[in-house]
Amino acid sequence: MTSFTINDRSVTVDVEEDTPLLWVIRDEIGLTGTKFGCGIGMCGVCTVHVGGRPTRSCITPVRAVEGAKITTIEGLAATAAHAVQKAWIDLQVPQCGYCQPGQIMQAAALIRDFPSPTDEDIDAVMSGNLCRCMTYVRIRAAIKQAAAALRGEVTNG
Amino acid sequence: MGFVDNKHLSSAVMQPDQVSPDQGRRSFLQGVLAAGGCILAVDLLPARAGAAPAAVIKTGADAMSVFKTGADAMPHGTVNNPHVFITIDPSGKVTIIAARVEMGTGAARTSLPLIIADEMEADWNHVVIRQGHGDETYFGNQDTDGSRSVRHFFMPMRQTGAAMRAMLVAAAARRWNVPASEVRAENHQVLHAASGRKLSYGDLAGDVAKMPVPAAETLTLKQPEEFRYIGKGRIGMVDLFDITTGRAPYGIDTRLPGMKYAVIARPPVVGGKLVSFDATEALKVPGVEKVLEVQGWPWPSKFQPVGGVAVIARNTGAAIKGREALKITWDDGPNATYDSEAYRKEITATAQKPGLVVRNDGDADAAFAKAARVITADYYLPHLAHVSMEPPCATAVVADGKCEVWAPVQSPGNTFEELVKTLGLPPEAVKVNVTLLGGGFGRKSKCDFVLEAALIARDVKAPVKLVWTRDDDIRHDFYHTVSAEHLEAAIDAGGKVVGWRHRSVAPPIGSTFAAGVTHEIPIELGMGFVDLPYDIANIRCENGEAQAHTRIGWFRSVSNIPHGFAVQSFSAELAHALGRDPKDFLLDLIGPARIVDPRATAEKFWNYGEPFETYPIDTGRLRHVVELVAEKAGWGRKLPQGHGLGIAVHRSFVSYIATVVEVAVDARGNLSVPRVDTAIDCGAFVNPERIRSQIEGAAVMGLSLAKYGALTFKNGRAEQANFDDFPVIRIDEAPQVTHTHIVDSGYNVPPSGVGEPGVPPFAPALCNAIFAATGKRLRQMPIGDQLAI
Repeated sequence: MTSFTINDRSVTVDVEEDTPLLWVIRDEIGLTGTKFGCGIGMCGVCTVHVGGRPTRSCITPVRAVEGAKITTIEGLAATAAHAVQKAWIDLQVPQCGYCQPGQIMQAAALIRDFPSPTDEDIDAVMSGNLCRCMTYVRIRAAIKQAAAALRGEVTNG
Repeated sequence: MGFVDNKHLSSAVMQPDQVSPDQGRRSFLQGVLAAGGCILAVDLLPARAGAAPAAVIKTGADAMSVFKTGADAMPHGTVNNPHVFITIDPSGKVTIIAARVEMGTGAARTSLPLIIADEMEADWNHVVIRQGHGDETYFGNQDTDGSRSVRHFFMPMRQTGAAMRAMLVAAAARRWNVPASEVRAENHQVLHAASGRKLSYGDLAGDVAKMPVPAAETLTLKQPEEFRYIGKGRIGMVDLFDITTGRAPYGIDTRLPGMKYAVIARPPVVGGKLVSFDATEALKVPGVEKVLEVQGWPWPSKFQPVGGVAVIARNTGAAIKGREALKITWDDGPNATYDSEAYRKEITATAQKPGLVVRNDGDADAAFAKAARVITADYYLPHLAHVSMEPPCATAVVADGKCEVWAPVQSPGNTFEELVKTLGLPPEAVKVNVTLLGGGFGRKSKCDFVLEAALIARDVKAPVKLVWTRDDDIRHDFYHTVSAEHLEAAIDAGGKVVGWRHRSVAPPIGSTFAAGVTHEIPIELGMGFVDLPYDIANIRCENGEAQAHTRIGWFRSVSNIPHGFAVQSFSAELAHALGRDPKDFLLDLIGPARIVDPRATAEKFWNYGEPFETYPIDTGRLRHVVELVAEKAGWGRKLPQGHGLGIAVHRSFVSYIATVVEVAVDARGNLSVPRVDTAIDCGAFVNPERIRSQIEGAAVMGLSLAKYGALTFKNGRAEQANFDDFPVIRIDEAPQVTHTHIVDSGYNVPPSGVGEPGVPPFAPALCNAIFAATGKRLRQMPIGDQLAI
């Protein structure tokens, strides 16, 4: 038995403790916005926030999140990361879109850590997230736009 | 029930047969546009109510096919019946069916519905998109590959929308008892100007729901200046919000009550088979519920499963863990010795010898015998895997003599047919539901993974979701071919290229469909090989034999990748050898604006399935994209130390595209790409924003393939299995700036492909730029560490 909160909901799951968190979220809890891509933590499509930090759920055993607070793409919109989603839509970043929940989860953490991200910041933080449609050029632009929007909100706040 | 006249129509529509290649493209639509504005005919033909296939209007000679495309030759052709694609709700909501498949180009779920909405004067804010299931007898061809969606469905979708507009007008006119000529449709309303009366589309929903469909030749299509959405690029992809909030349903996201999760252990060598297995340990893994054999078919058998052992569990994680505990003995079969390094030597040697002549202009032997100078180069490009971010996956239920699947397939119609055959069920007992695709790139045209899911679901007697892990995806792909390309040019005393010999050797796609196919099939020959658009009197293209030892499939832009790389690299090599500017020399090779017709000298010339009259090889358009991209990229501009510019041009999927790449190579040989410029002429277009996104993505994908793309075999087994050994470039390696320049041809030029054409010119432009920066000529892909110092 492992208990944690996911998108502000308390859950207890009865699965083997070494089951990757990804499959617990997708198959047991039924939240499918978090994707499967590689199973070895090299593509980032499975990224969720654990205690606010971006985490590759495909290589995180469920026992490691006992008592933790998890946010998935489905729970992100309520937070300041909404700016990221808005920028993604404004710049029409996605093509197939499959990797984008993971990109957005990673980017949402990035702009919290780097309110004015440089290209180097973006490259460093986002290089764990693969996109086979190769939308990287727009991802860079969208992160900058989202960060600017967020700074604007703070200023206007 | 006809009214008003149609006197302007028939004389103005040009038949494709009457159009000569050199004047054709300027005339096709002009005829109809000249006619279109003044036609008010709405001739309602009797048709069956509803949307039975018999009421479907096929495009072709009987319809307003102002330009003929290859769509008619595709299985089940096209359909332009508004009852098939459009439903209007009394609330005013318009539902448009996306019958083709969405994998990120925006064509299926945004651009084609947008064409319907535009022609029927629907307000996009009141349009919702619903995905059609796999049924080509009802929807027309659904095979979403070959960069065909807009090319084949532009006119059928316009006719579909225009027919619905005519029906709405007729319905309102009947209610008001006025001539239809006094009534017009505008932005979700029908208006009668004289009386000021209005009816919303919702008001007329019931009237048009069962109305007979007017004949296509009676329809008035919009004038381009009346387009509300087509060509504007202001409408975002319909799934953007769902994608960014995690709600978009991909194949892997299907969930059914009581569903089990499965993975399969497959024979590690193509052509191998299961000998025996021991599931004792696997069944001890908590969560594992069943282990069973999956039927396999002998190689080659098109898209049939290779067989293996399935592990069924309560979640995917348990299934994967259970699979790791299986003990299996395989018979590796006839391909057990496939070795990429040995094969490279074999096909490279074959390329040094004369092959089957597949194009022969003039007398190449004589030209080479008389040449003042002969220049030769050999190129090699390895197998590639598709690695869409969503791996193959499918969910199936087989019960009570019926089968229903949910899957990310590019070929819903073919998937349906293969399921019927494989399960031995009657067609009416099989349903294919199409999800969003998390990338396709050609892999998901092959429905093996759906057949596997159905076979397991049948045996398990429960809904089953089958997921391919990344290892499965890379080790059991239908790979892009591997090829050796040998080029020779005969140069005369004046420095002019007077002879051209190109030998291509690559295991063909045909080998996946039938044993003994060792030569490139027409679709491969036609991709940048025998369609060479150069102004050279003596051209010989030869194709050497190559026996496949794995499953060869099609990958985004297919054989254009090796052919384009060889031809465009060699062109720049010749320019250098002759002391010429690569761009100027390229234009000389192309020669003056004209129509190049390889049909006389190339056997079985395949023009992407298109009639040559509609889509000739137009060197004027080819030259134009070269000149445009050179101008926009600042060809010849002064560059920092270590930087270089390279250019390449290629016609594929009947579009014309040229790329200029700027590279920077530092003192240690690290490669970066500060800037890419691409010019594309894809004829009439619907969604320029999605064209830009496709071209941007193709450039970055081209860079990824060129830097790292290599799938190799040892002892018959793929040597790569995940992103650690089959790398895909990451954001830190992506070009800093990509510019896309779209040629605005207006609507006189038929639309052509967009999804694939961006890939082929990228790698040669990149390597030509690397040569300009460093003096190193790279003839073997991938680049890997060839630049390391």
